[in-house]
Amino acid sequence: MGNVVIDVMLKPEILDPQGQAVNGALPRLGFDQFTDVRQGKRFLLTVDGEVTDEVLEAARKAAETLLSNPVIEDVVSVRAEQDVDASRAEQDEKDPGR
Amino acid sequence: MKVGVVTFPGSLDDRDAARAVRAVGGEPVSLWHGDADLRGVDAVILPGGFSYGDYLRCGAIARFAPVMDQLVPAAKGGLPVLGICNGFQVLTESHLLPGALIRNDHRKFNCVDTRLRVENAQTAWTSDFEQGQEITIVLKNGEGGFVADERTLDELEGEGRVVFRYVVPEGGRNPNGSYRHIAGITNERGNVVGLMPHPEHCVEEGYGPSLDGLPFFTSILKQVVNA
Repeated sequence: MGNVVIDVMLKPEILDPQGQAVNGALPRLGFDQFTDVRQGKRFLLTVDGEVTDEVLEAARKAAETLLSNPVIEDVVSVRAEQDVDASRAEQDEKDPGR
Repeated sequence: MKVGVVTFPGSLDDRDAARAVRAVGGEPVSLWHGDADLRGVDAVILPGGFSYGDYLRCGAIARFAPVMDQLVPAAKGGLPVLGICNGFQVLTESHLLPGALIRNDHRKFNCVDTRLRVENAQTAWTSDFEQGQEITIVLKNGEGGFVADERTLDELEGEGRVVFRYVVPEGGRNPNGSYRHIAGITNERGNVVGLMPHPEHCVEEGYGPSLDGLPFFTSILKQVVNA
């Protein structure tokens, strides 16, 4: 099982009221060193088997058509991510005494 | 004269839109999001509400509903389409209209009577207004801030495609942070119109602040009869 991680952010010139709300709350908790907050979205797309180039290409297309609106958002990154549980199981098999 | 009203899961104002069509003597036809069929209607209204729970982005999932596969090419071919509130969001997500609607700049849901100026009385949905006329209709939205890049905004203004603007005092704020106080726009052809305020709630005595919503529906009736 493989995953594709897609990060989407509002374009810098688009107002981010959610980020502003978070930014307004931080100083109340004593976090006064941050001057701005922008909030984005992360999508985790799962496939059976390996993340091939075709899978990545399809994920890029999905990111541009449905997952983001190019008028207001940028697709910041589309990348393959090894399934954490699967890789751990693999490790355990190799090294049962770990 | 048949006016289709699309119901998506989460649409709220489809009944009111149908009622407004009936109030001016038109025949409302219910269209279902899951049917790739416009049932021979002469015009279509995309109503307000929260299609697909507003998940992902407002209107983003509705854009890919089977009924939209029929509606998008029909609209490009000249079929009159009015998008109200969530319907406006669906139209921008479908790229039938430029720009996008984002969360209100003050972050609160708005439910107010709004004063609008009619900036273009020549679209399929506004011909029964006077150019420059001021009207009062209700607005209720959480994500109604109209945004677009400077070039698009200049184009919209230059081509007379801003249809409605919020009337605000000099230097004042509009209800949702819309760029250049834009409340509604149209496509090049003038058959597709989207706006955030709700004309369908302002067509009967005793409901809403006025009857200023009626001309939207009488305009389309005439447009279709004359076509």
